[in-house]
Formats: sequence, structure tokens, C-alpha cells
Amino acid sequence: MPQTQPPEDRYRAEADLVSGQVRPVKRIYSFLFVFPTMLALWVVLSGRFDAFHLTLGVISCALVAFFSGDLFFPRPPHPQQTFILWLRFPIYVPWLMYQIVLANLHLLYLTFHPRMPELIDPHVIHFRSSLKSELALLAFANSITLTPGTITVRCSPDGDFAVHAIDRASAQALPGEMERRVAHTFGED
Amino acid sequence: MDWVVTVMLALGLVFFTGAAVGILRFPDFYSRLHPAGKMDTLGSFLMLAALALQELSHFTLDNVLVAVKIMLIVVFYFIASPTATHAIVDAGLRAGQGAWHKPPGERP
Repeated sequence: MPQTQPPEDRYRAEADLVSGQVRPVKRIYSFLFVFPTMLALWVVLSGRFDAFHLTLGVISCALVAFFSGDLFFPRPPHPQQTFILWLRFPIYVPWLMYQIVLANLHLLYLTFHPRMPELIDPHVIHFRSSLKSELALLAFANSITLTPGTITVRCSPDGDFAVHAIDRASAQALPGEMERRVAHTFGED
Repeated sequence: MDWVVTVMLALGLVFFTGAAVGILRFPDFYSRLHPAGKMDTLGSFLMLAALALQELSHFTLDNVLVAVKIMLIVVFYFIASPTATHAIVDAGLRAGQGAWHKPPGERP
């Protein structure tokens, strides 16, 4: 399958990075997000709570967050959208886990079925997603791949998806409810 | 508590076994990735969560830290595994790996 994506689309994010067009306010914002995350990770991974180790952690996390904070978010999301995300993501994860368990059981049934080749029907489906932000598309693509029976083959920044499905039943669920829930989670509905 | 841990470990083993058998039984490259890339995810989630629970059965700060670290492994696994699977599919397509299709007469 040829990659017909226009190059300017694919390299848009990198171009933003190279030209350094990140507004100072957004820099501070992404620093405020990256720094606590890294510090929490530092504390958990080091497991020492004395002043020496905590000071080391604060210094190194501040340095890393200052120099490469905008690497994590080439185009930082809107603060209000991020707030919605933090609120709604914990609701989305249990539903995703439930879907993963259901789909895993289906795949387990297929694997051990004696006449498995008659049941499966691998094919690729194409559809266009209405999701807009890159983070939402990433979450959607990874959710598709996590639920067994479907693997995201290709996903463009415009929302064109190609998904490999193991049988007809797995393919019918897409994009459907999962896309609605991802859109709701990222405040895009 | 011990029972919950044992049951979760056993269930995780079932999914890992399913993944291994699936890799052998499915007909082509792309459909083999389905059990390989994803039943692993649920299997490792069950087993690692069981280990974290086992740690938490003696509730001290050190054990809580270890349990949090174990759950961090799960979080990174859930991000990395679908990404790796996607990269493998993409590599297969670029290399022109053919796909298995159902014989035309067998479609329901």
C-alpha cells in the first residue's frame, strides 16, 4: 500500500519544533505540566524521602522540564481541554479494560477453536474519523490496537484510518462507540 | 488474598498460552500479530496486578512503592505494546508481505 500522504502534513509537527514557534505562555504551561509528572516519577522510582535525594530530584526535573518541556507537547493543548481530559480519562480507562477483556475472550475462543480457519476472515477496512487533535487520534489508534481483533495499520493526521480486522464481527464495531467515547473524553463532541 | 493472587496468575497464564498457541495456529503474518501483540497485554496485566496485590498484602511504605512501580510497568506496557504492534504491521506492509485471504467459496 503506497503512502500517499502529503509530506507537509507528516512533518508539520517537526517543522513547528524546528522553527521554535512555541509561545512563552504555552512554554510555561507545558513546564507546569511536565515538572510535577517527572517529580512524581522520580519520588516513586527512588523511594528515598530525605532532603538530599528530594533536592537532587527537584533540580534535575526542573532542568529537564525547562529544556525539553516543549518536546513533549509540540503544540500544547488548550488548558480547559486538558482539564476535561483529566476529569474524563479515568472514566474511559475502565470501559477500555472491559472491552479488552471481552475481545481477549473472543480471540481466545478463536485460537482454540478446532475449525479456526473457517471462522476468521482477515481483511482491512478503511474509515474516516472525525477526531481532530493528534492526542485524541493517538488514543483512538492505540485503543483500536489494544482491543484484540483489530490492529491500526495506518492513521493520518487528517483522521484517515486503515484497520486490520481478524473477522467480520470485530470489524463491525468500528468506528462506532469507541470513537464517540474517545471524542467525549477529549472534549471534542 | 492469596486466592485472588493465585487465580489472577493462573488466568494470566491462560492468556499467555493462548497467545503462544495463536501465533502457531493463525494462517499469516498479519493475523498472527493479533494474539502476539495483544493477548500478551491482558496476560501481563493480570500477572503484574497479581504481583502488586501480593506486595500490598504486607502494608508498608516500601511494599507500596514496589506495587506502584509494578503498576507503572503495566502503564508503559499498555502504551508501548500497541505502538510496537502498529510498527510491525507497517513494516510488513512496506516490505510487501502478502496477506492470507479466505478462499472465495467459504464466505458466509
